[in-house]
Amino acid sequence: MHESARSLKVAAWLGWQIESNWTEPFLFLTYSILKPVASALILVFMYLVISQGNFNNPLFAYIYVGNAFFIYVGAVLLGVSNTIVDDREHYGMLKYIYVSPIQVYFYLLGRGMAKTMTATIAVVITLAFGAIALGVRPDFFTIDWPLLIITLTVGLAGLGFMGILLAGILLITARHNDIVGEAVAGALYLLCGAVFPISVMPDWLQWAGRAIPITYWLEGLRRALLGTELVQKLHTGLEDFSTPTILLILLGSTLLAILLSIGFYRWCERRAKEKGLIDMQTMY
Amino acid sequence: MILFLRTVLGRAYPRLIGIQREKSWLIFGVFLPLLGVSAYVFIYKALKSPPEFVGFVILGGAMTAYWLNVLWSMATQFYWEKETGNLQLYLMAPTSRMAILMGMAFGGLVSTSIRAAAILIVGSLIFSVHFTVVSWWQLILVFLFTMVALYGLGMLFSSLFLLFGREAWHLSSLLQEPIYFLSGFYFPIKSLGYWVSIGASIVPITLGLDAMRQLVMPSAKWGFLSVDEELGILLVMSIVFVFVAHRALLYMENLARREGRLTIRGQ
Repeated sequence: MHESARSLKVAAWLGWQIESNWTEPFLFLTYSILKPVASALILVFMYLVISQGNFNNPLFAYIYVGNAFFIYVGAVLLGVSNTIVDDREHYGMLKYIYVSPIQVYFYLLGRGMAKTMTATIAVVITLAFGAIALGVRPDFFTIDWPLLIITLTVGLAGLGFMGILLAGILLITARHNDIVGEAVAGALYLLCGAVFPISVMPDWLQWAGRAIPITYWLEGLRRALLGTELVQKLHTGLEDFSTPTILLILLGSTLLAILLSIGFYRWCERRAKEKGLIDMQTMY
Repeated sequence: MILFLRTVLGRAYPRLIGIQREKSWLIFGVFLPLLGVSAYVFIYKALKSPPEFVGFVILGGAMTAYWLNVLWSMATQFYWEKETGNLQLYLMAPTSRMAILMGMAFGGLVSTSIRAAAILIVGSLIFSVHFTVVSWWQLILVFLFTMVALYGLGMLFSSLFLLFGREAWHLSSLLQEPIYFLSGFYFPIKSLGYWVSIGASIVPITLGLDAMRQLVMPSAKWGFLSVDEELGILLVMSIVFVFVAHRALLYMENLARREGRLTIRGQ
């Protein structure tokens, strides 16, 4: 237990250094602000040209909040899984990590924690920009804080463990390592209805979306911030799910992700050691 | 001159042959942008927008392939070469560096065009978008000038990035979403207002995309400048960017040599 906590802490510190020390603090701050704000502005202008400047439609807040929180998906999921690619291919350090007194499973989660920190900066900036410049200002007193905190925490944990699953796949594959993560994030962006209600998609895509826990995570966060009634009125394709049901699905899927990630990563690790893949450098 | 052309072809060769050797890249190259394009199309559908906006997104989505190619396979290319230890071999080779950059650009342009065309065709089929070309010769000229200017900009970036270490990756990453926004990849650039649009036009794809949209979706009426004006500006940009890239390459190479940054790896 002590070793797990130490691995987590050291990896989170290392991850933060890698994420932030490539430049001066000012440039890092600019980078942290520009990327998420520009992503949000794309949606804002897409909305603006159609709505002629009317920001009062609750659909806008629904789109905006979903986009802001989706930043976590790319960052945490890929932050955990891409550690394998970075440490093995780029820095050539994975083999040293494996021979050091550290638990790699927790090391990966720790690296994901560092990404969570940088993503949190981006999410807060995006939400603050929405509140200040665009009027996406959830009422502080009507926000469902317990729902927000529980949904956010459980969802982030779930993303971390899903990242471990992806890391396992990357550990035993030689090619397309960068692309696999992007493909997963891209598919989730579409299927989970990060920036639109899933009800606008064809039925078969809606069912695919309903099979992914992140869809419920985003729905829970939107309900917590914007109000359950308002979100349900938009007929997003999830209006028949009560908030406790959404929480239950989220909890269940996170527990499943924990169990699967432990078993699957162990299997991948053993296979990688057998095949000599831990220090593989493909230059692919 | 022959050596110059041979270098161009020699550097373009791995990029052209790469399409043959690793066909899965083509699948990912089409599949990945289509996911993003589809998401943006569904936003417009949720907003009940006029159908031409779906066309805007698909054309913009196809053009993202070029911008990504310029960022990741032109601008950061010398950084990757430095990391893999190839850069010093390039610099020792008895040939023009400009020819190497042009080869990279030519190879990248051809392979990316296959991807962009596939995105355009598949996207149009999935979302039933019909394009009506007003003038083929203008469309071809706009595309050619946009590409020359864009890859000229890529060559300029490539020489600037010669000095960078890890920040090259982050800076390329930083030039994605902000340029998607400023160049109006998913919405008409005109909506940004006159002066912001003028500023954003420093990236050739901004005017190129706007002109192409006017030429293939004439009913949309969202053009920023007239096609002729945009053509003229793109022509000037093509000449200027290639010339400046040439000068910058000489300067940055000398600077990198003096500061000993050409062989630093894992920075």
